[in-house]
Amino acid sequence: MSDFLGYLLTGLGIGAGFALVGSGLVAIYRVTGVVNFAQGAFAVLAAMLTSTLLTAGLPHVLSELAAVAVAAVVGVLVGIVAIGKPGTDPGTSLIITLGLGVFAYAVEIVLWGDQPRSFPGLPGVATVGGARIQAHYLLILGVTVPVFLALAAFFSRTDLGKALSACASNRYAARVVGIDVRRMGLLAFALGGALGGLAGVLTTPVQQVTFDSDVTLIVNGFAAAVLGGLTRPGVALVGGLLLGVAQTLIAGYGWGAYQLEVALLLMLTVMIVQAARSGPVREAAR
Amino acid sequence: MTLVSVSSLTVRYSGATALDDVSLHLDRSEMVALIGANGAGKSTLVKVLSGLVAPASGQVTVNGRLAQVPEGREVFADLSVDDNLRLGGWRNGRRGRDTTAIYELLPALVPLRRRAAGTLSGGQQQMVAIGRALMGRPDVLVIDELSLGLAPLVVEALAGHLRDLHRDRGLTVLLIEQNARLALSLCSRAYVLEAGRIVLDGDAPVLARDERLTAAYLGGHYE
Repeated sequence: MSDFLGYLLTGLGIGAGFALVGSGLVAIYRVTGVVNFAQGAFAVLAAMLTSTLLTAGLPHVLSELAAVAVAAVVGVLVGIVAIGKPGTDPGTSLIITLGLGVFAYAVEIVLWGDQPRSFPGLPGVATVGGARIQAHYLLILGVTVPVFLALAAFFSRTDLGKALSACASNRYAARVVGIDVRRMGLLAFALGGALGGLAGVLTTPVQQVTFDSDVTLIVNGFAAAVLGGLTRPGVALVGGLLLGVAQTLIAGYGWGAYQLEVALLLMLTVMIVQAARSGPVREAAR
Repeated sequence: MTLVSVSSLTVRYSGATALDDVSLHLDRSEMVALIGANGAGKSTLVKVLSGLVAPASGQVTVNGRLAQVPEGREVFADLSVDDNLRLGGWRNGRRGRDTTAIYELLPALVPLRRRAAGTLSGGQQQMVAIGRALMGRPDVLVIDELSLGLAPLVVEALAGHLRDLHRDRGLTVLLIEQNARLALSLCSRAYVLEAGRIVLDGDAPVLARDERLTAAYLGGHYE
């Protein structure tokens, strides 16, 4: 039983990372209609940068916050390249983000090499209900949950958040009332960058990061996001947590090699079910 | 005072001429209709006035703020009625986004304020779209197809609201309509647009008796 509880909490911690990456995808997709394949790169970049800043002697928290801020700026830059030209079709933007994601590999290898990196997180071991887990997993959850609550409040309570939702709901009407849809798109990319960066800095102490770690993150983040049709951050949170728990349980009971396949299988199933249910009619009606 | 003045406006979409030498004007506190069938170029004119489409030639002058009730209403379906209204005041800055005054103007929206706009009936959505446009505190309200897809009784109720707003507030309205009967009963003047050109204009009571208009738009039975 305590084994199971341990796996569960560890899984939730891992899943929080997927949820953060997934909600970043959702934030960008809702406002711009672009699936941002550079989303995982934000996490890798922020993680690598944090390790450098910590090595340089900057304290914890400050290093992590700085890395998240840089990830947000990089998010805006990716946004400018991907949607900056007026009239760029979302499909084209998607390919641009894919290209930028690959470009990020080159930058990361030049700056940080191709070896795995990590940095210490919250030290120590916590005992929860008889299960002993690394305390850092609790920190991940302790940060992720308030971040999602803040996101929910931002979208539902502030005019800026409502304007972002308005762009997601009806881009034409948003232009009619004078909302600058392109600027809102860039803001969404900044948000996506920050959320991706946060995923990176939070999970790296328990999972080493290499330049190509973004693949795992984007596959799982996308699987989490696709559960909510790429439009509902709340569902992305639940999806991410479920994925994390499922994968940890599978690894914990001895089939560790199949972790990523779980995400792929889940994603495929959801997409097939959704395609069968809504079909091309709903797409055309948008 | 002339609020909107359009002179010799021509608009082309990749070669095809959508508007050809169109001139019209709109004075403060006037309600003027632009009547035309599908594809006559009405929506193009709205887009030029809102700055969404650039003219090929001609002059467009708008003195003051213009707000648009777009064709098909185009409410923010997932957002509440109140949020739809608030975002109508987006350009005003935070202090200009208080919705109280709109609920006084359109009290029918009060019980709907927490509902998602997408769940409302067509007539209610049109009211939201009008309220959202009024939140921009416009000098000119441009309504693109007030009656499209709405039941006659609903249209009559909306027209009543507009009449009140016009009478009590001196609201200036440019009404773009396919329904000539409605347009002529609501407005004091009208322009008739056909294939991108103004073919007829004048006072509404005169136009209502004009044979060319009654033949084309009113089935000859306008009384």
